[in-house]
Amino acid sequence: MFVLEKRPSPSQFWTYATPVLAVILTMIAGGAMFALLGKDPFIAIRTIFWDPLFGEFAFYLRGQLLVKAGPLILIAVGLSLGFRAGIWNIGAEGQYIIGAIFGAGVGLAVFPTETRWIFPVMIVAGAFGGWLWAMIPAILKTRFNTNEILVSLMLVYVAQTILSKAATGFLRNPQGMGFPGSRNFSTYPAARNVELIQESGMHWGVVAAFIAVIAAYVLLQRHMLGFQIKLAGQAPRAARFAGVQPTRLVVLCMGISGALAGLAGMFEVSGPAGQISIDFASGYGFTAIIVAFLGRLNPLGILLAGLVMALTYVGGEMASTNLNLPSAAIQAFQGMLLFFLLAVDLLSNYRIRLLNGRAV
Amino acid sequence: MNRRTLMATAALGLGLVFGGTVNAAGMDKVKACFVYVGPVGDGGWTYQHDQGRLAVIEAFGDKVDATTYQENVPEGADAERVLTQMALSGCNIIFTTSFGYMDATNAVAAKFPDIKFEHATGYKRDSDNVSTYGARFYEGRAVIGTIAGRMTKSNKIGYIASFPIPEVIRGINSTFLHAKKVNPDATLSVVWAYTWFDPAKEADAAKALIEQGVDVIVQHTDSTAPLAEAAKTPGVIGFGQASDMAAYKPSPRVSSIIDNWAPYYVKRIGALLDGSYAQVDSWEGISAGEVEIGEITDAVPADVKAEAEALRDAIGAGTYHPFTGPINKQDGSAWLADGVTAPDGDLLGMNFYVEGIVGDIPQ
Repeated sequence: MFVLEKRPSPSQFWTYATPVLAVILTMIAGGAMFALLGKDPFIAIRTIFWDPLFGEFAFYLRGQLLVKAGPLILIAVGLSLGFRAGIWNIGAEGQYIIGAIFGAGVGLAVFPTETRWIFPVMIVAGAFGGWLWAMIPAILKTRFNTNEILVSLMLVYVAQTILSKAATGFLRNPQGMGFPGSRNFSTYPAARNVELIQESGMHWGVVAAFIAVIAAYVLLQRHMLGFQIKLAGQAPRAARFAGVQPTRLVVLCMGISGALAGLAGMFEVSGPAGQISIDFASGYGFTAIIVAFLGRLNPLGILLAGLVMALTYVGGEMASTNLNLPSAAIQAFQGMLLFFLLAVDLLSNYRIRLLNGRAV
Repeated sequence: MNRRTLMATAALGLGLVFGGTVNAAGMDKVKACFVYVGPVGDGGWTYQHDQGRLAVIEAFGDKVDATTYQENVPEGADAERVLTQMALSGCNIIFTTSFGYMDATNAVAAKFPDIKFEHATGYKRDSDNVSTYGARFYEGRAVIGTIAGRMTKSNKIGYIASFPIPEVIRGINSTFLHAKKVNPDATLSVVWAYTWFDPAKEADAAKALIEQGVDVIVQHTDSTAPLAEAAKTPGVIGFGQASDMAAYKPSPRVSSIIDNWAPYYVKRIGALLDGSYAQVDSWEGISAGEVEIGEITDAVPADVKAEAEALRDAIGAGTYHPFTGPINKQDGSAWLADGVTAPDGDLLGMNFYVEGIVGDIPQ
């Protein structure tokens, strides 16, 4: 038999190897699930992981990967800063919604004015909306020591209700014959988050995601705040001695993650989604949590993880339409990814020692 | 009618004259694809659309490939991608079965002029290849309203509404008008659930209504949760919505409104096969079989059942319109004069309650 033995310090090798291992294990377990559903597992896995990149319709789907990965990366980068410091913002979905409502609200308020300032102001408004929504759990935590996990999560449901209200009430398209949904930004050039290169999927939100990755990398490697974030997460007591103010850190980390989630919502509503609708929120805020951990809370890792996650979505859709896999099977497949990641994470902090003496 | 269908009609005419099977613009085989907003297993809205898809396979066999569908497609960018994928992979006709796909459907349709797009419950037809279709569910509501008005003992009818949109408001008004007609003391309390499908919220709404003394619950949400809640209190009844919800027979489910998309899907794909396809804005009801009244159970007295069935048949035969004047708006102003039936335009944009309903439509 074997025993688990704690490593003196986390293994460098396994830290980088576990995400890859998790993806491989997901392919195996997922393939088994697809086989049980009566589908050829090799074709299913190829449809999910290979076809969107190199298949018949790759010219279109590669761009779609960026559309899907952009908001995931943008949100996950923000979340990862807080997660590193032990500050758990679970409510990015709510901040994403409020950012979209603020951004869209600014744009729709001045419809149909055409000046080049509208879009930049919408960006600021989107970030502000997300920041504001994140400040509620942040201030409740610093003032009254409430649990930010619960408060931020509960505020998602509040945000969803406000979204319904916006789509059927205060942001509803006045020319929509009473139907829910705002005006579509595709018919409002000054406020539109345009595709920068035709069919590339590249829009300002994807650009913002790349900038966020670089900024977070520099912050964590070169900046005092980055050092404080890492220290607070790894050794809270030492951080206190080193002069880290926990209150300031909570407000900063919640604020940054909220603002980035709000930005993602704003870019989505003015670009790919096009309008505020009842079902505008499609779970990016929650999926980004998986992306953050899949990327090891490291900005570059998150970039890759966001693209892999987007691949499972886009490829999963392909598998679902072309192979008639139920959509629940695709969701289970994505769930496996997180499950295996958390499971094999064990290997970076523990080693498995067989009782006959050999260590792995 | 575009040039292509003109030619098809001409060809069909020639074919009839010469007794041959000339069919220039028709198709030998149609690939039909479907985009669903929920899972097929929801037992409601999406389930009924999928039943329509299966009816197409049943009707045309080898001449149709209707095996391609995608469940749980979110609105916006995801819908556009799914539609584009389907268009690229060779679908000839694509049915988008939720209101929220309206802009995505029109955007993708503009890029693929040779593919037909059919959008359920919308009103935008930006290019020639987009048709819209809906069903006159308010006709079914009239029948349900009649049963509700006869059956309530507390004279309190509860209504679980989803979103304040014309479709839902039409249903509320139709239910109330017909309940009132058979029971002048009947009142209607509306609860807005702000969801199409959320068993927990729907159960809460039903519970709140029952506590207020409501003994008949009408729902415009898709889960069976309100019926499950009604089953806990003796004497409370409800109706199936979207699908028959037969598991709750004979009570609390005493009848139901069933969405039946099969006739429309079969008609449209048939038209594509024989070349008679043309852009439409279709809004059919009981007469075309798109709205069905599920079996009225023995929990309803025979005379009430007969009355409801007579109303159903009158609507189906076109001799009665559920919105026939005199009808006033909630504020007392006149809407329809005596004997006047509501124009479709008024119904499609309906944003007011009729006289007698208490409460406001959320804005």
